[in-house]
Amino acid sequence: MQWDIVIGLEIHVQLATKTKIFSGSSTAYGAEPNTQANAVDLAMPGTLPVPNEQAFRYAVMFGLAVNAEIERRSMFERKNYFYPDLPKGYQTTQLERPIVGPGFVDIDLPNGETKRVRIHHAHLEEDAGKSLHEDFHGMTGVDLNRAGTPLIEVVTEPDMNNAEEAVAFAKKLHSIVTSLGICDGDMSQGSMRFDVNISLKPRGSDTLGTRTETKNLNSFRFMEQAIAHEVERQMDILEDGGTIVQETRLYNGDRDESRSMRTKEEANDYRYFPCPDLLPVEIDDSFIEEARNSLPELPDARKARFMEQYGLNDYDAGLLSGDSKLATFFEEAASQGKDAKLVANWIQGEFSARLNAEEKSVADSPISGAQLGDLVVRIADNTISSAGAKKVFEALWSGENDSVDAIIDAKGLKQVSDTGALEAMVDEVLAGMPDQVAQYQNEEDPKKRKKMLGGFMGPLMKASKGQGNPKLFNEILVRKLGG
Amino acid sequence: MTISREDIEKVAVLARIRVDDEQVSALEKDLGNILDLVDQLGAADTDSVEPMAHPLNAVQRLRADEVTETNQREAFQAIAPATENGLYLVPRVIE
Amino acid sequence: MHNKSVAELSRDLDSGQVSSVELTQEFLDRIKREDSKYNSFITVTEEQALADARVADEQRAAGNATPWTGVPFAHKDIFCTNGVRTTCGSKMLENFVPPYDATVTANFREAGAVCLGKTNMDEFAMGSSNENSYFGAVTNPWGLSQGNKRVPGGSSGGSAAAVAARLIPAATATDTGGSIRQPAALCGVTGLKPTYGRVSRYGMIAFASSLDQGGTMARTAEDNALMLNVMAGFDPKDSTSIDREVPDYTATLNEPLKGLRIGLPREYFSDQLSPAMEQQVRNAVKEYEKLGATVKEVSLPNAKLAIAAYYVIAPAEASANLSRFDGVRYGYRCEDPKDLMDLYTRSRAEGFGEEVKRRILVGTYALSAGYFDAYYLKAQKVRRLIQQDFINAFKEVDVLMSPTTPSPAFIQGEKTSDPVTMYLEDVFTIAINLAGVPAMSVPAGFVDGLPVGLQIIGDYFSEARLLNAAHQFQQVTDWHQREPQ
Repeated sequence: MQWDIVIGLEIHVQLATKTKIFSGSSTAYGAEPNTQANAVDLAMPGTLPVPNEQAFRYAVMFGLAVNAEIERRSMFERKNYFYPDLPKGYQTTQLERPIVGPGFVDIDLPNGETKRVRIHHAHLEEDAGKSLHEDFHGMTGVDLNRAGTPLIEVVTEPDMNNAEEAVAFAKKLHSIVTSLGICDGDMSQGSMRFDVNISLKPRGSDTLGTRTETKNLNSFRFMEQAIAHEVERQMDILEDGGTIVQETRLYNGDRDESRSMRTKEEANDYRYFPCPDLLPVEIDDSFIEEARNSLPELPDARKARFMEQYGLNDYDAGLLSGDSKLATFFEEAASQGKDAKLVANWIQGEFSARLNAEEKSVADSPISGAQLGDLVVRIADNTISSAGAKKVFEALWSGENDSVDAIIDAKGLKQVSDTGALEAMVDEVLAGMPDQVAQYQNEEDPKKRKKMLGGFMGPLMKASKGQGNPKLFNEILVRKLGG
Repeated sequence: MTISREDIEKVAVLARIRVDDEQVSALEKDLGNILDLVDQLGAADTDSVEPMAHPLNAVQRLRADEVTETNQREAFQAIAPATENGLYLVPRVIE
Repeated sequence: MHNKSVAELSRDLDSGQVSSVELTQEFLDRIKREDSKYNSFITVTEEQALADARVADEQRAAGNATPWTGVPFAHKDIFCTNGVRTTCGSKMLENFVPPYDATVTANFREAGAVCLGKTNMDEFAMGSSNENSYFGAVTNPWGLSQGNKRVPGGSSGGSAAAVAARLIPAATATDTGGSIRQPAALCGVTGLKPTYGRVSRYGMIAFASSLDQGGTMARTAEDNALMLNVMAGFDPKDSTSIDREVPDYTATLNEPLKGLRIGLPREYFSDQLSPAMEQQVRNAVKEYEKLGATVKEVSLPNAKLAIAAYYVIAPAEASANLSRFDGVRYGYRCEDPKDLMDLYTRSRAEGFGEEVKRRILVGTYALSAGYFDAYYLKAQKVRRLIQQDFINAFKEVDVLMSPTTPSPAFIQGEKTSDPVTMYLEDVFTIAINLAGVPAMSVPAGFVDGLPVGLQIIGDYFSEARLLNAAHQFQQVTDWHQREPQ
């Protein structure tokens, strides 16, 4: 049977506020355990929550960025369950009146089409702490530094139909929240975590199948793998005539395995009710307008601008505008000269390869956008050859020197482009290779002739100590040898 | 309204309170009496009445995003049942 | 000296007639000598109190005194006190020493008052007889001469008994369904539950967040006013605290009552009330008429639903509020938990008393899937009807008056067999918490040698008017000055 895949996502986005959602404790990552867990975060008796305005501002900015309605009077509920990383025994979250109502995000598909994914809502809530399972005499250690970090949980409609779409949406959302500056986007630190709801239905059917939820995927790659894995698992069951159990599953990316965490029957009864320690939060027009005015350029607008301003094609513009840090890097580089396309090629080629090889992000790059821009300027104005450019790139990357021109000088990479000097060299070389010259001139086939030209380049580069401009050499050769 | 033994056992698990059989019997009676009292609510006509979560019609104040807390781990962990290396210890958690 | 009010002691300290150290020592001695009869204190902080008294004397000498500088008082053991054990009457917190102050605690510290210790209470403020304390029941100073051990009421029974027995001139208290007014009535002292949001709840261990309110207990209305001057006010640490100007509650105590419109809620003079009790309350109302007040009957038609609504809302909120007591970060932890579930279920089963567990279970049930609408949502709707009754009543009258309790102090053990019988103790007080309005209990006579309380209920933020009404009554009566034998 042919199956349709139906995917919905729930994404936890950690907000980049300085303090927690309900207390004045710092949210800085990486502190010693429990040094950022204070009376309120530890749920000490009698302590009370006071919400952080910035968390609301960020949530509203997000809502505006995904074309959503902003709830003017939102509320907090308590979600009750016991877990060592949840100090109050309930999570303060939003159920009935979330701050961000229905919205949508458009994603670009590989086939060039655009697809709209609807956002059901996004709500504010507090993060839990962390349980550390390494051995403490058979005990688990609990670090509550993360407890109370503000999150928005973004819930989509089940609008995605394959892993590529889900990943494209996830990347787009990553791009939006990092562009907004409301999340640092560092997935390795758990700043964004994805839960994937997947179900299958017979092709064309209107009835949704039973879904499973795979929780806490923290990379795009794992997400893609987990979806593939779960689709296959469900398909196997259904094709064997079995039924899918509604359950929450955990995916192990390192082993490409998943297992059931709990079924619907085992699911907790969370006993949501309005939090009596908090009052309704009213958001007025001026708050929303202020947030709107503070919105930076968003990925869609940036992409359009890149195409318009830099003449990039759709693919390059999409790629470079998606990540706000990469976009900034590109613009720094492109602003140094006019050849934006060449800048784009370098970023997607040498630069990205190098980042990947060293598992670095754009932010960690040892070379700046301006430096790459300088390098591209020197390629474009024929000062250096592409082989020379690679040497300059290496020197910049290793920190040998931070000036492109200084590196070119120091390494003697400047091409000789003085036509007179080059012509003299060509004359000299051709004079020393009469047989090859004759052979070339007797050849009728232009393809073969072109190939034979290469035979002169080696000696020419040698004669110029590697500094002759190969393009000019080529032109002179063709002219001298007679077409 | 009566509350069954099963209900009590289920609720006790949700509330993480251990109850033995004898207690369940006592609770069956006591909680049953309390729920009988509460069942008077059913008599009230509350159509078109807005639920009231708070006595005062006030709106939430929001706090500026400024760090006001300092590290007081030592003071807080001095009163904790079990800690090690700055972590609170609990019996092994299996996810 | 121990019969003097806070106002009088403050004047004596001011005139140098007595030092804070002397005063503190005298009350400490009385507690040591007398409290074995009442068990009204859980913790007495002798050393700290004397040290604070010395500082207070220095401050007075330096001319930096507030009316409270050097005046002894006590905190209900529900208010967190930095460095001093705070138990909330529970085994769960038997050894809990918070490294922080409640806002109310900090306010009294700031005012220079000298805290002598922490008073006994029903565990987590759940109870109307103070028999639910892990630290033992409290005995009402009244009735002992008749050979009976009677309850002081609850949950602030320790504060009420200590003030009645002259072990302390004033004590803080809290009121979720009557926990200030009912013990004040049963012990013959004056107590005030302010408007919800008037006094910060920060550091006051929560029972039911939308109902809990810190308040005052002392023998005179004037002392209650002095206490509220210290306690009331906006607190940025409590989201439900109200940012509204705090008047000087002593400034209006002497306003004449001429023209005061008193309403008597028909439903609070029902057959639940014994004729002898009713007589005392009606006599008190007559005193007000003599002072120039007018009286009319009013109705609170939904008041009869208050107990039902309360026993959904309060347990529901409590069931979540008490989840933090899990044996992980502080408080009681069972021996050798075999796994996480065992840690939770046994720590909580062993750490909480029976009534607390009952209420957690009722609240959990009311919030659980399938029951939420029928119980919790319904109760919240009824709560609005009850609030509307009060709003309507205050369109016609300035204050409402009623008995505080249906009967005087009962004998210990009399109502412990059925929780519902005990709940009915609060039949006249509970609706006030649901509405969030302020109310007082003022000593207004005796039945069979036991004190009777007059409840005075006001509109939102009308504490000054309530205190004024109580103070004027106390100028023409001496019920509040009677001392148990």
